[in-house]
Amino acid sequence: MRSARCDVAIIGSGAGGGTVAQALIPLATQGRRVIVFEQGGRLEQAEFTGIETEMAESLYEDGGGFLTEEGTLSLAFGRTFGGSTAVYSGTSLVPSARVIEAWAVPGLTHEDLVSRCERHAANNGVHLLPPEQINDNNRLFREGCLGIGLEAEQFPVNVRGCRGASLCNLGCPNGAKQGTDRVQLPAAERGGVEVVTRAEVRRIGDRRLVIRVERPGPGEKGAASAWPAGEYSVEAPIVVVAGGSVGSSALLLRSGLGSALPRLGEGFTCHPALILVGEHEREITNDVGHPKSYYLDRSVEERFVLETCMYFPFVTAKNLTGFGPDHSTMMRSFRRLQMILALACDRATQGNRISVDRSGRPRVHYRFTPEVREALAAANRAAARIFFAAGALRVHAPLANPPLLARDEAARIAGRITATAFIPGKTSISAAHLMGGCGMGSSPTDSVTDSWGRVHGLPWLRIADSSLFPDSLEINPYLTVMALADRTANAVLEDAGRLLANRGTGLS
Amino acid sequence: MLGRVRRPFRALVVGFVPESADLSADEWRRGEELAERLLSGRPGRVRRQVTLLILALNLIAAARFGRTLPALDPSTRSRLLTSLQDSPLLLVRRGVWGLRTLAFLVYYGREQGRAAVGYRASASGWASRRSPGTGAGEGREP
Repeated sequence: MRSARCDVAIIGSGAGGGTVAQALIPLATQGRRVIVFEQGGRLEQAEFTGIETEMAESLYEDGGGFLTEEGTLSLAFGRTFGGSTAVYSGTSLVPSARVIEAWAVPGLTHEDLVSRCERHAANNGVHLLPPEQINDNNRLFREGCLGIGLEAEQFPVNVRGCRGASLCNLGCPNGAKQGTDRVQLPAAERGGVEVVTRAEVRRIGDRRLVIRVERPGPGEKGAASAWPAGEYSVEAPIVVVAGGSVGSSALLLRSGLGSALPRLGEGFTCHPALILVGEHEREITNDVGHPKSYYLDRSVEERFVLETCMYFPFVTAKNLTGFGPDHSTMMRSFRRLQMILALACDRATQGNRISVDRSGRPRVHYRFTPEVREALAAANRAAARIFFAAGALRVHAPLANPPLLARDEAARIAGRITATAFIPGKTSISAAHLMGGCGMGSSPTDSVTDSWGRVHGLPWLRIADSSLFPDSLEINPYLTVMALADRTANAVLEDAGRLLANRGTGLS
Repeated sequence: MLGRVRRPFRALVVGFVPESADLSADEWRRGEELAERLLSGRPGRVRRQVTLLILALNLIAAARFGRTLPALDPSTRSRLLTSLQDSPLLLVRRGVWGLRTLAFLVYYGREQGRAAVGYRASASGWASRRSPGTGAGEGREP
């Protein structure tokens, strides 16, 4: 095993790790060695081909189909330079006061989060797309909402020079999306922070990491790591873990921290989501233009959020209920399809948690509560009404039985779509907003960290990602992750003098 | 891995996506490569389960209808898959869901499968839709 040392190790390069990396440039400038370890590879811009199967395999853990232990929910999270910011659609929302106040984390205020979110939004070029860049798929959602007396809101998105490839979830082929791979990490590297890709942190010991660096596999996209392949023992007086809800929780658990931190892995939430499609009479612009421009927030009233979306043929096929000729007919209507993503605002629930198996691989345990099933049914009903109000001829709703609703059934939606149609293992459901596992709070009995991401009892160990959320955020989490990571970085800078005392600069 | 169960696997793919019956040998090969690639990233336990499940479905077909999956007529095969998809046993439903996912990958994961449904997304985005009159919303490049 080779040895290396640094002053600060940041594990993960997504919204959390990338933000911390940029914020710690002052340490690098002072001669401190700051290294980001990213498990995934770093792709050249030309390698973002937009081809569904090859990009999913290159950019996501398990190709975007990480299954829960129950085998009834698939989770999508990035494993690449930039983490999930490379593969999400760039939606950038500020959390609500209601949710942050309900979290009741001592020392964490909504006002503080908002100011940090706004700073990061500006840094990432977040803005509203002009009307001429909104495609039919999105426009029809807004019109449908108006048709049933509800007002959709427009997503601010972090794109610069968007050409409307509609491929955000496969990594922007034009580099328009301003994820950490485009903004924070390049800035950090210019400021002296190192990034080591293909580096999986296997364990964290006392201020020491065990890391395995891999070579790219045959035909695998992405450059080789900056470090030669092999096992490393890395001394790091400060460790910031930002591997995402699942990754960070699993790393701490396989490092044996579970006994000192009984809440580790607990409180997992994910906004489980169903895809609905509406079939129009004529072709619409759907697979061109930004895919996610509007949302309808019903989190307070009915515990769900609807968002526009446009997925790729394989993902779409997988998410439609059933198979055979009816399924094929709907797929062949692809150019006439409008899509809506229906997300449930789930709550931290006992038993929904992250653990690890004997080899240290993460396991996610998730059961659908009656509240989540009801929220998904209500979301299906609202989406169906929106489709019909927008002029759809037929609607495919996973919680209708049978799933196809004809236009003349529009008046009977309430009876046709019910929570009883949700059958785990049959209903295709997925989630991409993975939250919790290292929740913030006041002591080890109720949490893993304090409000500044400091792990209870281990002052050298910090967390900076969505695992910090003590409960569901009820909106797309990326800006909130950045705001929390910013707080973690602030605390690291504040404590660095003490934690790095008696060390040289780390430079050889 | 699928080599050992290729015939019943193809029969299942056709059951889930009827138009895959028309795939050429080369298209089957490409589709199955995608499925093999997906499975190669999964633990060995999962790969073994998939093989066993396909063999089990083949046996169930033989026991229930006197014919293995490839020999079943399309409507009987569809009936069998529907009943299993609606099974009261979660394990069975999960298994069918997994095979269905592989079948969709074989068909829609290929370039020809994407083209067959009219999917056109490309890096050039709006610029690629300049020709007006080919559908509603065309020529709306900002």
